[in-house]
Amino acid sequence: MKRFALSAGPLDSAALRQRLLDPSAGACASFEGWVRNHHQGRRVTGLRYEAYAELAEREGEAILAEAMTRFALTAAACVHRTGDLAIGDIAVWIGVTASHRGPAFDACRWILDEVKSRVPIWKHEHYADGDAAWLHPGA
Amino acid sequence: MSVTVLYFASLRDAAGRDSEQLPLPASLPELYMQLRERYRFPLPQEKLRVAVDGEFVAWETPPRPGSVVAFIPPVSGG
Repeated sequence: MKRFALSAGPLDSAALRQRLLDPSAGACASFEGWVRNHHQGRRVTGLRYEAYAELAEREGEAILAEAMTRFALTAAACVHRTGDLAIGDIAVWIGVTASHRGPAFDACRWILDEVKSRVPIWKHEHYADGDAAWLHPGA
Repeated sequence: MSVTVLYFASLRDAAGRDSEQLPLPASLPELYMQLRERYRFPLPQEKLRVAVDGEFVAWETPPRPGSVVAFIPPVSGG
């Protein structure tokens, strides 16, 4: 089964959690990235995520496969939204299970950091003043 | 002998299109330089990665006829 997916529709964390259930797992760490209503002092009214799907899926799978080798995990999964999102929507969901809590916490954070740095997904923020902008951190 | 170039995010907005067919360039940096000039992309090459046929590659990779080239501006998922 694929560990990484893009989703054009809303993410349901309760449903996503089900796929991680495993009798050998003693720890589950999960992370939800939410759409917030501000960015660097500007009021954000909504946003859109665009992905280069083919490459994003390839990079996402590579990150989760690497997480499975770097940490003592039972399972790891990540889903990232594309399309239009409202304030409070889940933009990204990560779930990691392990026998013990240490690797679960560590892997969850590591996966998020890797996804943010190398999966080709871009955020287009819409601001309260009518302006909109692509975010290209470090550019 | 051509390549297909894909545009994303701010590059797509600046180019005013998702993709186009272009003559096979001598190199990937040369192709980006031409397009940067044509569409006034603000981002210099050093800020971008490049992908060919759905995989990240080194900028030195020679372009092949028929390949799909994508210039990847800094990402902002998560």
